Order: sequence, then structure tokens, then C-alpha cells
Amino acid sequence: MADKMVKKTGVYLCSGCDIGGALNMEALEKMVNSEVKPAVCRTSEALCLPEAWAAVEADMNNEGVNCVLLCACSSRDKTDVFAVDLDKLIERVPIREQVAWVSKPNDEDTQMLAEDYIRMGASKLKDMEPPVPWFQEDEKAEPIDKTILVIGGGIAGMTAALETSKAGYKAVLVEKESQLGGFANNFKKQTPTKSPWTDLEDPGVAALASAVQGDGNITVLTGTTVEKIKGGPGLFDCSFTGGKEMRVGAIVQASGWKPYKAEKLDHLGYGKSSDVVTNIEFEKMAKAGAIKRPSDGKSPDSVAFIQCAGSRDAERLPYCSSVCCAVSLKQAKYVRETNPDAKAYIIYKDMRTPAQMENFYKAMQADPGIMLTKGEIRSIELDADKSLGIEVGETILGGDIKLNADMVVLATGMVPSTLVEDDDAAGTGLTEDGKKAAASAEAGAMILNLGYRKGTDLPTLKYGFPDSHYICFPYETQRTGIFACGTVRAPMSVAQTVSDATGAALKAIQCVELTAKGNAVHPRSYDNAYPEFFLSRCTQCKRCTEECPFGTLDEDEKGTPKPNPTRCRRCGVCMGACPERIVSFKNYNVPMIGNMIKSVEVPDESDEKPRIIGLICENDALPALDMACKLKTQISPWIRFVNLRCLGSVNTVWVADAMSKGMDGILLFGCKYGDDYQCHFIKGSELCNRRMENISETLDKLALESDRIKMVEVAISDYQKLPQIINDFCAEIEELDPNPYKGF
Amino acid sequence: MADISKPILVIGGGISGVTTAVEAAEAGAKVVIVESNPYLGGRVAQLHQYFPKLCPPNCGLEINFKRIKFNPDITFYTDAKVTSVSGSRGNFDVTITLNPRFVNEKCTACGECEKVCATEVPSKFNYGLNKVKAISLPHEMAFPNRYWFDASAASLDELKKCAAACKYGAIDPDAKPETVTVNAGAIVVATGWKPYDMASLDLLGAGQLPNVISNVQMERLAAENGPTKGKILRPADQKEPESIAFVQCAGSRDENHLKQCSSICCLASLKQINYVRQQYPDIPIYMFYIDVRANGRYEDFFVKVAKDDANLTLVKGKVASIKQDGPDLLLEAEDTLTGKKTSQKVNMAVLATGMQPARNGLSIPGLDYDDMDFVISEPDTTGIIGVGCAKSPVEVVQCMRNATGAALKAIQCCK
Repeated sequence: MADKMVKKTGVYLCSGCDIGGALNMEALEKMVNSEVKPAVCRTSEALCLPEAWAAVEADMNNEGVNCVLLCACSSRDKTDVFAVDLDKLIERVPIREQVAWVSKPNDEDTQMLAEDYIRMGASKLKDMEPPVPWFQEDEKAEPIDKTILVIGGGIAGMTAALETSKAGYKAVLVEKESQLGGFANNFKKQTPTKSPWTDLEDPGVAALASAVQGDGNITVLTGTTVEKIKGGPGLFDCSFTGGKEMRVGAIVQASGWKPYKAEKLDHLGYGKSSDVVTNIEFEKMAKAGAIKRPSDGKSPDSVAFIQCAGSRDAERLPYCSSVCCAVSLKQAKYVRETNPDAKAYIIYKDMRTPAQMENFYKAMQADPGIMLTKGEIRSIELDADKSLGIEVGETILGGDIKLNADMVVLATGMVPSTLVEDDDAAGTGLTEDGKKAAASAEAGAMILNLGYRKGTDLPTLKYGFPDSHYICFPYETQRTGIFACGTVRAPMSVAQTVSDATGAALKAIQCVELTAKGNAVHPRSYDNAYPEFFLSRCTQCKRCTEECPFGTLDEDEKGTPKPNPTRCRRCGVCMGACPERIVSFKNYNVPMIGNMIKSVEVPDESDEKPRIIGLICENDALPALDMACKLKTQISPWIRFVNLRCLGSVNTVWVADAMSKGMDGILLFGCKYGDDYQCHFIKGSELCNRRMENISETLDKLALESDRIKMVEVAISDYQKLPQIINDFCAEIEELDPNPYKGF
Repeated sequence: MADISKPILVIGGGISGVTTAVEAAEAGAKVVIVESNPYLGGRVAQLHQYFPKLCPPNCGLEINFKRIKFNPDITFYTDAKVTSVSGSRGNFDVTITLNPRFVNEKCTACGECEKVCATEVPSKFNYGLNKVKAISLPHEMAFPNRYWFDASAASLDELKKCAAACKYGAIDPDAKPETVTVNAGAIVVATGWKPYDMASLDLLGAGQLPNVISNVQMERLAAENGPTKGKILRPADQKEPESIAFVQCAGSRDENHLKQCSSICCLASLKQINYVRQQYPDIPIYMFYIDVRANGRYEDFFVKVAKDDANLTLVKGKVASIKQDGPDLLLEAEDTLTGKKTSQKVNMAVLATGMQPARNGLSIPGLDYDDMDFVISEPDTTGIIGVGCAKSPVEVVQCMRNATGAALKAIQCCK
């Protein structure tokens, strides 16, 4: 264990930007000297100007100041100036935004607000230690492995392995089939991926496979699947079928897709006539060399392509598989190239060829032998002349039409390889909202076979896709160091798959690099602290293992958590969950926040100055608060904000701390939760909301009204609404009697 | 990590460029971002919400800006331009020109200069929908949080007045352009897109009829930090609209304008239909489209918006013209399902103008564009990587995947 830091604190007050006009700086300095008792305390007219900051740096370099309490603007500003070395600590007290700009100038309450914030900051510094990477404090720590395991040898997997190698890393590529290539092995041609976006291209699978096989950095294991993966990033221990075992650093899951089961498309004639085939069967036929009508081997004079066969269908596959329109255009071209007199019909709901693929659509439209119409299929029946009669309604060719074709090709959709099929529910394993599939895939896809307490596979979203829920962060993953890419996570084209697989390879490499430094991965990629468990006080309640959104913690037989520091994202959910308060980070812990709350001075009941604690998530709500303050909207001087990593880290003891200290209310600000959650740690704000029940119990025990505590969901863009929310709550608290515990 | 000695140059600090930069830097690379705006974040900073989650783009930007702030391996220049490039993969000599720093890094964003500034200029951020002071924050959440002087629209005397009000020596009326040189291993072209010029769409009344706006302007009208504080109002009279038409493919999928499908506009209009619906639960809304391109799982969003809305009418047909008709607008279109000409009177029309690559006059040896001005990206040979909407008109998720992959391609060039 590292020795505790011997702290020497400097408190620096800035009077610029109207701070000095709103506060009595001399009095503030006096308060600091008498209460905080720092080695140095100085006030500057503009702390961010070079000469003023140089003086602070001189204190650090010459006077041994290693803890800086910087009372100036918000921590979102001037980060380029106010930076200290990693062996020093800095805490920023936003007296500009949260005090001077939002409160009555030269008012007693404003001054008290500034004093409290400084006390809170000083208290926080006292309870903080400079973080060190976990492996420096664990003598059994093993070196971080930087090999990347890629599961799935299709286009996505081969791309990920090859791009990994090109960056100088080793990759292991595992493919369950006996040869590489995956689904693309079936392709005769692929849709355009480059300018002029009108020509079919060679799928390039063979070339890719030989590049992979000839690459000295890549170990290829075909005919192999994963039996077990244990450990965490940098330390994954994998065993494969065939008895091979190895350690890897990060994992790319490129297990691909499977076709929607055509047996469920009997309403479109599948199974009734052998001349109704799927787009995959048709592609294989084309690749094999000849397009022939299955029933009699005749070269078809006409082929009808039915789009959205089972897709965009609430009863079957509600989503769009994205690529089928372009695929059918491609296959229509096969028909025309095979037999220039043959006709191809494409019946679609919407022709979905976005971006430059529009050029391909235009080029195919220009062929008079390809007839395209929007339409709804009414029926497909075998006619007496052996052709298939297709009745189409709502066409753009003028109402209902009837077509006859020698063959029908159903553009069936893509389902992820992670989908656990369950024929009970609408034939696809999907309940109406897809949640059943999501729940079962986590435990049942059996592709990763993780030896994690929280299940064998990546948690999935709707429809069984193990995708990210974040628009801005598409590689966000609920299992640190494991990144899904390609068609397993969303229907996508070959070009999109290549792009996605390259991105996943980068994330895998980035994960092992950050892990080797002891850092977390996104979003706290700058953080090298780690959760320390004081296990001798653990009661095996399992809340931490249950609640960790990232499946970080495993358990031993007794139920004691087994930390995996490299899986940890440093959100603090475990710290909030633990009733025994045994989890702490050097730079974030339960006593730290509790002591900050307790450092607030609570005036006597007779002063009629309520005190309210705002527990605020630093991801969205805190920037929103900062923005509200920057717009200089008045905010009640009764509230003091405490910044949290995530509302999921709220430990209910803080409520007891606040209430027994005499606080009149607590307002919690977190990200939006629910289906479209915006919490950056998946479930943090939702978990906090669930803990509110315990919090009510805490209040009951103290015989206090439950109205004293409220949780609000805040988006970063809500900053104009925030002052009203805060001020309304403060007004409600003023209506209540003062907390009777004041002065105890 | 293989030794990454040379930095990666990222041209464009929008969401694609920023993502490439942070992803590369967190994997161990050094990065230099060059952005022409005085702030990072690009077009998405001007969006009210993303589809399909309807969440604010500033949320992801804020996290990414934090990653930049804490990462010493990322350098960025705003209000700057790459002016010359020579060399090849692994070894590019790049000159960056910084526009005069009339407001420099000493700015504390205290706002005193804005108080004394009398000149008002059209807001670039709000696509000219309102006016702002010639010295102002580029937008409320701008990063860096620093004032900016619009020298193209205000006089030097005005700037001198502002300088006198600044207590921190942050305003320098004598500032001159500066240049910076960088030797980079790879160049990421993340120059993004611009809305197709409305002036070219005169048959649709664009730029002539005030109640015909573009989809990007609609984003500003819906945004809480926009010119109307988020209230969707008719620009002509600031009154509440009683009916709205969304006109898809305004300039896209059109040989006379942009050949390509801009791929996001259908979903953007569906999102904007939701904005309107939130504020006006009952007014008639029309969407004229050729195909509704809600690819992949975005289909769910299409269904969510369009299902059960009795006052939303989807018309398959391309709008041929929009004319003023008294206080209203008259749209002429052909309904391709019925084959009949149809006309529709509305109060306000939103043109789903397409995305055109913003080349910004960039010329780099080895950098090729296709006939639609999208970057042809061949990093293994050229060391130049096209990313995001500079490469293809796609939505944010695809830009992000692409940008993350671009980070790896760039690292490979810098080995």
C-alpha cells in the first residue's frame, strides 16, 4: 500500500468576473485561515491570468503545496490553465457560477453560500488521496496482455483481425466453421461500395481470408468455438473447443447474423411452391452458376422479388433489415445478365437505398427489364401454367395489379446470431417489446460463454442485438473490453461492416492500452482509481454484484464479491449499493461525500435559513446547472450542491448524514432513465430511483416527512428549466417546519 | 502499442473529427484538430435532438469535450484552416493558419465586452434566424467557452470599444493571422457537410417565402437555446403555425441538384414532426416523400411517430412547387399512388434540404473526391482518411463507427 499523502494545502480565491463585487473577499480569506488553516491562502483579481497562476505554481514548486483548493470559475472552464501534476490534488470550488453569478450581491446568505462551498471543497480534499493504478497495490497482479481475440471469421471478424495486426498487435481469430468467410462465402457479387456506386463488385472474401491466413500476427482457429472466457480486460483467460487455452486482452464479437426463418413466410408461398425461394437461396444458386427454377430446372423468364418478406411486419420482424433493397436490385441484375430477355420485378414498401447507393438504384431503374413498384402483396399462388401469380395492391402503377413470374424471391431479413429463438412468441422469440429475447440472450446465446456471475453473453437490446444504446458512443459496452461489431449488432451492408469492424478493433486496442495504464475505459478514461473492498466487513448481501451495470463483480461460493478491477468503469454504483459502506475509491468514497455534507454550517432554527443538499450527477445535470448559472438566473441561496459521478453511487447513509446534521431537504439530479435512458452508466439513475424507497425508510426512522427528498431527471439541455426546479423545491422546503435535528 | 511518434492531423472538429481525435488519443496517439468554426462540435451542436432517442447532442459533446480537456495528447485549433499540405503517408508537412485572435485565451467569458458592443449581426449559429452582438459566445454551450468577434460584419472601432471593457487583456484589436506547422503521419478529413443551398430551390420558395424554412433552421427553432427559446413559430409573423408540411428530398435524389440520397432527412423530418407534435398536439402535418428511408431499426422510430397520429398525412409524391397564397403556402405535388396532381395549403413548410459535402476549398495532394464531392478514402496508400459525412451522407451513429475506425487507420499510418 502506498503511504498516505502528507498534505500541504493552498487555498486560492479569485475575485475576478464580478466575484469580488458579490462577495466580501477579505472576510472569506479570514474564514479560510481560521477554519481551513491552509499553508497558503491568497486572493487574486484573475487567477487564470498567467502571472497569477504562475504564483500558484511557485507555491507548488517551492513551498511544497500539493493540495490546491481553487475557488474561482467552474470546473468546466480554464482546464488548460488550472492543471496540476498527477501526484498533486486539485479541487475546484465554483464560486463564480454557483455563488456570485446566481445570488444577491453582498448579501449575508451569498457570503454564507461561498463559505460553505469552500468548507465542502476543503473537506473533500482532506478525504482524497492521489489515485494509483490497482496493479501497483496488488502484489499478485499479472501483466496486461494485449492480444485481441476476434470471435467470428466473416467479413467483420477478418477485418477486425487484419486491422488489429496492421496496427502492430497480435490477434486470434476463432471461426466455428471449417473455413473463413462467414455468410459472405455465399455471395456471387456484392452491392457497390465505391464510386461511381453503380457496379457490382467482387465480394473480396477470398482475398481477405488469404490476407488473414498469411498474416504472421494472426492466429486462425477454424472449426473452433469458445468454451469459456474468464477474467477481464488484459487478463481474459479463454478456453476453446479442441482444448486450446490462451490469455487475451480484449475481445471483438463478430458472430454475424442468421436469416429470418422462411418457414414463417407461408403467407408468401414459401413451402407451398419450391419456386418461391429466399434471397439467400437465390444468391447461392447464382453463385453456383445458374439461375434455374427449382421445380423443373427451367431458366426463368421472369423473377419477382418481394421486399420486406417478414420484415417491417409487426407480427414477424418489426424492423427493416436495411440491405435487402440493394440486394434485390443486385439479384435483379443477375437475372438480367443471365438472360437478357428475362424480366425482374421488385415489389417494395419503400425503396431503401440511402446515401450513394441511390446511384445503384438509379442505374437499375434505367434498365427497362427491371420493373419496380411500391405495393402490398395480397397473395402469391401457383397458377395452372406452373408460374406464380402474385396479386399486388396499392401500387404506383395504378391500383391493384396481378403479375405472373416463373420464380419468386423473398427478401428475408437478418436476425442477430445472439438471438435466442423461442417459437412460442410470434415465431421469433420476440415478445411485443423484444424484452424476452433480450433477457434470454444474456444467458443463452452461448457464444462468449463468459464465466461471469451476470451471464454468459453480452446483454442485448431489443430484438436480440447486443448493440450500444448510445448514439454518440456506438461502442459503449456493458461488458468492458468486449465489443460487438457487424451484423450481430445491427443489420448492415458489407461496407458498413468493414467500417464497424475497424472501429471495434480500435476500441479493443484502446481498451488494452488504457487497462495497461490502470485507467478505466470510456467515459472515465482519465481515471486510474479503482474500487477497494474492505471485505472483512462484507455481509454477502450481493447488492454490489447484482447492481453493477457492467458485470464487474463475480462471487465466491459464499457470495463475497470478487473484484475484477480491469472490468470496472468507476461509476461507483457498488459504493452506493453497499449497506456496509465497504467500497471506496481513493478519489471518491462514502466518507468523503458524507463529510462534505457535514461540513455545511447549519444555522439555528430561529435564523430561518433552510439548508438543502443537492446531490448532482456530474455527467449531464452538473453541466446543465453550470449553464444555468452562466446565464445568471437567480438560484435560491439555501441549496449546496455536491457533485457525484453518477446518481447510482448515492449511498443512503448520506441521507442520514444530511438529515441528522439538520438539513431541511435533499434534491437529487440524475440522467433520464427508462427505455431511452441517458445515464452514462446504463442504470445508475434508475438504481438511485429504486433506492429512494430505502431513503424513505431512513426518513421514517427519523420521523421526517418524505417530501424533504426528491429526485429529478435532467437532460443537459434542460438548463433553462433548472433554476425553476431548484427554486420550487427550495420554496416547498420553506413551507415545511425546519428539520428538528438542527443543533443536535 | 507500436511507437506512434507523429501526430494525426484531423481536419474538422465536428462530431466525426472530435470522435476520431479522442478515440485515437485514448489509444495512445497524438492528435491535432483544426476547426474552422470558433468552437468544436460542428453541425450536431446546432441540433435540438438526435433521433431516435430524442436526446440532446450536447450530452455526448460534453463528455467528448471532457475527454479532450483531460487529454494532453490532443491539441486543437479553432477558427483555423489548413492552408497547405505536402508529403505523403507517414510524413505530411502541414501549415495551419489561425485567424486573428481578436479574443484570445485570456477570455474568461465574463460577458463585459458584449454589454458595450452596439453592432448586431445575423447569428451564424442560428442560420440567420436572429441577430446577436458582433462580439458574443458562438453559442451558449460553446467549447472553448470563449467570446468571438465577427470581423466580417463589424468594424474595428467596435472591437476597440469592446477591448476597453475587458479587464483581462483578452481582446486584441491588432491581432494578426498566425501560422502553425505540423509534421503529421496521417490526415483525417472530417470536413463534414453543409445544408444544400436553399437559393437553388427557388421553385420551392426557398429563400423567398419567409415561412418556407430548411430542416436545419427547424432544429434551431425547436432548440431551447435557439432564437425563439424553443417555440416553433412562423418566421414571417412569429405566430403559431396552424399546419405544417415537410417536403422530403428538397434538392436530393435529383439530377438537377444532389444526386445522392442524404439518408438522414426522412428520419430528421420524422423527428421534427415529433417536435411539432409536442407543441401542437392537433394541427395537420403533411409529409411529402418519395420513399421513407427509415433503415434498420430506425423503422421502430418511423412507426412510433407515424402510427396513431390521425392528423399526420404521409403523401408519396415529390413537391414540384411552393407558392405564397395570401397568408398561406400552396404546395403542388403529384401523388404517385393515385397518379393525381394534388395541392395542399399549409401555414409553414420545412424543406428537407440535403447534405452536401463541405469541401471548404481543401486541396491536398493525394486526396480525391468522387463526382458528388465525397472523399474517396484509401488510407493504406495515401495516408488520407475520409470520415463521417465528408465520406458519405450518414447519421451520427454511422459517423461515430466510421470515426472510430478512422482512428485506427490513422494510427496505422503513424507507426
